[in-house]
Amino acid sequence: MNLLTATNLSGGYGEVDILHNLSLTVERGKIAVIVGPNGAGKSTVMRALLGLIELRSGQIIFEGQDITQKFPQERVILGISMVPQTRNIFVTLTVEENLEIGAYLHDEPISVAMEEVFSLFPILAKRRNQMAGQLSGGQRQQLALARALMMSPKLLLLDEPTAGLSPVVIDEVMERIKQIVAAGVAVVMVEQNAHKALEIADIGYVLVQGRNRFTGTGSELLSDPDVRVSFLGG
Amino acid sequence: MSGRDRVYFVLCLLLIIGVGIFQSWNVALTMINFALISAILSLGLNIQWGFGGLFNVGIMGFVALGGLAVVVVSAPPVEEAWRAGGWRVLSALFVAVLAIGGSLFVWKRWRPKKYGAVSLVVFLTMAFVLYRFLFDPAVLAIEKVNPALSGFLGGFNLPVLLAWPVGGLLAAAAAMMIGHIALGLRSDYLAIATLAIAEVLVAILKHEEWLTRGVKNVTGLPRPVPYEVDLQQSIWFQEWASQLGIDGIEASSLTVKLCYMVLLIIVLALIFTLCQRALNSPWGRMMRAIRDNERAASVMGKDVKRRHLQIFVLGSAVFGIAGAMMTTLDGQFIPSSYQPLRFTFLIWIMVIVGGSGNNWGAVLGGLLIWFLWIQVEPIGLATIDFLTKPLHPTSPLRVHLIDSAAHMRYVMMGLFLLLVLRFRPQGLIPER
Amino acid sequence: MLDAAIVLANFVVIPALSYGSLLALGALGVTLVYAVLRFANFAHGDTMSVATMMAIYCTWWLQSLGIDFIRPLPTALLAIPFAALGTVGLLLVIDRLVYRHYRQAKAPPITLVIVSVGVMLILHGLSRMIIGVDEQRFFDGGRFIVSAGEFKEWSGLKEGLAIKSTQVIAIVSAVTLMAYLFYFLQRTRTGKAMRAFADNEELALLSGIRPQKIVTSCWILVAVLAAVSGTVYGLDKVYKPFTYFQLLLPIFAAAVVGGMGSPVGAILGGYLIAFSEIGLTYAFKRVAGHLLPPSWVPDGLLQLISTDYKFAVSFTILVAVLLLRPTGLFRGQAS
Ligand SMILES: Nc1ncnc2c1ncn2[C@@H]1O[C@H](COP(=O)(O)OP(=O)(O)OP(=O)(O)O)[C@@H](O)[C@H]1O
Ligand SMILES: [Mg+2]
Repeated sequence: MNLLTATNLSGGYGEVDILHNLSLTVERGKIAVIVGPNGAGKSTVMRALLGLIELRSGQIIFEGQDITQKFPQERVILGISMVPQTRNIFVTLTVEENLEIGAYLHDEPISVAMEEVFSLFPILAKRRNQMAGQLSGGQRQQLALARALMMSPKLLLLDEPTAGLSPVVIDEVMERIKQIVAAGVAVVMVEQNAHKALEIADIGYVLVQGRNRFTGTGSELLSDPDVRVSFLGG
Repeated sequence: MSGRDRVYFVLCLLLIIGVGIFQSWNVALTMINFALISAILSLGLNIQWGFGGLFNVGIMGFVALGGLAVVVVSAPPVEEAWRAGGWRVLSALFVAVLAIGGSLFVWKRWRPKKYGAVSLVVFLTMAFVLYRFLFDPAVLAIEKVNPALSGFLGGFNLPVLLAWPVGGLLAAAAAMMIGHIALGLRSDYLAIATLAIAEVLVAILKHEEWLTRGVKNVTGLPRPVPYEVDLQQSIWFQEWASQLGIDGIEASSLTVKLCYMVLLIIVLALIFTLCQRALNSPWGRMMRAIRDNERAASVMGKDVKRRHLQIFVLGSAVFGIAGAMMTTLDGQFIPSSYQPLRFTFLIWIMVIVGGSGNNWGAVLGGLLIWFLWIQVEPIGLATIDFLTKPLHPTSPLRVHLIDSAAHMRYVMMGLFLLLVLRFRPQGLIPER
Repeated sequence: MLDAAIVLANFVVIPALSYGSLLALGALGVTLVYAVLRFANFAHGDTMSVATMMAIYCTWWLQSLGIDFIRPLPTALLAIPFAALGTVGLLLVIDRLVYRHYRQAKAPPITLVIVSVGVMLILHGLSRMIIGVDEQRFFDGGRFIVSAGEFKEWSGLKEGLAIKSTQVIAIVSAVTLMAYLFYFLQRTRTGKAMRAFADNEELALLSGIRPQKIVTSCWILVAVLAAVSGTVYGLDKVYKPFTYFQLLLPIFAAAVVGGMGSPVGAILGGYLIAFSEIGLTYAFKRVAGHLLPPSWVPDGLLQLISTDYKFAVSFTILVAVLLLRPTGLFRGQAS
């Protein structure tokens, strides 16, 4: 059964719709990748899934429950976490405080979750008392992932987690994401590095101007000549 | 102007006629005159906020500079004070300007290396000592000259109407300097900065007695219109008044006010026409484009800061003119009367209630809010008096409430502002 | 030598410390609103005024009941908690009726500044209407902790040191409140959430922080700060609605100098403004008289700037900081 099913989403920031009848699904322990040109509405979909923008129509089902009308914090409690594209850590808080805020809605003590996250990102453990603003780009992305993992989510929404990173660091972050998926978390990921992302994608979506253009497994899209020419640079 | 807008103006007129009938025509005319000046101030702010989106809360400072212009232009010079220390004060100011300007210039031009900062501080300290050496005794000497009547340098004894454009120029010059400092800050920082600068300007006017007599005020400034006494004594006027069947004293005071009114209307019409032209010119459209999207405009190659400086200077010049007019109308310059509530925030309420970005709206706001500012007190008093009639005349509650009615205007103004912002954010006459 | 130090302490250091404490508390109030609600709150001075007015009525009420067990401390200290509670209520009602609408409509900060001007006018008018424009003194209890005469006798020096109890109250209450505030912001869950919200509102939302809760706690803190700083200032000087309206400017200056949105900056800014206001306008002649041989003492007052310009000093610093380093000394949020 699908963990998340979004059907026919339409909506945007104001009068004008950015998304038009957009649908996507993701299964447990699988990874869905969204690619598309700049301004296609990729970030907007992610925000819609978490309830940060109001939809004009459409439906979002999570674990069989209709969450279309729920507030962001209710969705967080149900198990959806998001790493935004930009400004995705609290730069004036320490690494540890960032993680505490990540677990803000947790009732139980958070030391267990924190240790788990630290074992996945050992570098953060070393810098736990440092201001997050002082971290390097790669470390920031790791912290952003770590913060989102603190609620032990079932679904993780990642908006361009590798943007602006060097190739070596990209591989490292991708590796972490694979580990997260392997642990049973479903991931929806927006990526600029379409090739790399589609390689590890279970399902891929090509978005153009807020509409589904192509849908298929990662390898299907990679071998589709239309997709290759228009979106993967040949 | 749409039909509904006309209704607003007719309503304003009716309100004022009502005052004329129920209170007195003298009160009504005084109110009209100040309302007209308010409308001019409101137009000035509309240039800055409505056209350009600049959040200036330093209006008071420019109005006060306009007032100073009246003193400097029209007051008779005090020869003795000039002899006592006039030139020395001027040379002290010259030293100050030279020192500050010089060090700024050197600093910008050469960015001195190693001992730059130290030598700058030493230089400025020396300049400061020299300045105080020149300034202090001169000021003491000037202030000692017949302190009860003058004790200041006086002005140039020129026609007072000349002070109106001069007030505008003075304010524009100040705005030029302030704009260089403060524009470019984000809007709420700009607000704080302008509020502070206005406060400093007024502090200077309040305490530099050699220039403005400070708290002793400058009274008896010349007028552009006849004096009541002269009218009352002239034969033709007496005949004219008795023909109309009005008491001579009343008639003279009404005539003087009417003369002022004509002058004010001329200036208002002039400024209004210019504003209207500016708003609908390519320049005005560009300003509004910049206001609505600063980033896009600067991407398109518009020099946003320069444009902002332009409207800041223009709007402030209007404040200066209005300030000069107000001091002329009062016939006296009272530095301590400049309060931000009355000269800055009230003007803001006028523009927002009237409709920012629309010159008609700004004028309407100026007229209407001035009417309310004056009339809230008597209306409130009457209401409280009526409501507390059942109480004993000396009951403490009744006495307290009646005393407090005078301060109701602040609450009412705040309420107007909040209600308009909430339910009609574009103002009574919206921008188009 | 010692005499010079005493004069300096008496006329510069102690007054500046107590005045600075109050500016710091005021600036904290402004800076918190700026950090959390993201606008410069023009109504803060008058919030302090209304809070103080509540404390004054409460003091009179307590005095009429004959409650005086805290002698020699002033009765007003007992009134502060009531005033703080009243102010919390007031600010929460204002937030509900006025600010919330604009927050939900995502209005630009400048709209909120204008709205706060409206609130300022209403609060100002209310305090004028209720208590009147005149000065109110509500101090009772012992005036001095150390009086000049006693000090001279005790130390055998020529100069006396006088410490007013209200000065000590100002300093002590400010330090206590600041310590609590930092404990709250650094150690408690809500405090950390508040910092997170100030840092990055959207990410805070994504983490499940409810904005309304943060905003409410912010107003509660601001109300307590306003009640304490307002009342203590009134005790030390005098209460008058217009004075409190005017306090807004040095408070803004302190907050901007320290960096809007930065609590540490607000505190340092408060003391910096106070020391420069008092230091630059103090006539150092008497100090010099103790330090230099009599023939060297200059004739002038050795005053850098006349006391008339006390307020102007802080504004000049404010403008200079805006010019040279708009984010303030402690890098607040300038964008
Ligand atoms: N906060 C906002 N308010 C209004 N419009 C917005 C906002 N954010 C984005 N948009 C508009 O929505 C459209 C889609 O933006 P979105 O950020 O979703 O694109 P994207 O596919 O994520 O692009 P990118 O690859 O650059 O991240 C764009 O036209 C953008 O201008
Ligand atoms: Mg995006």
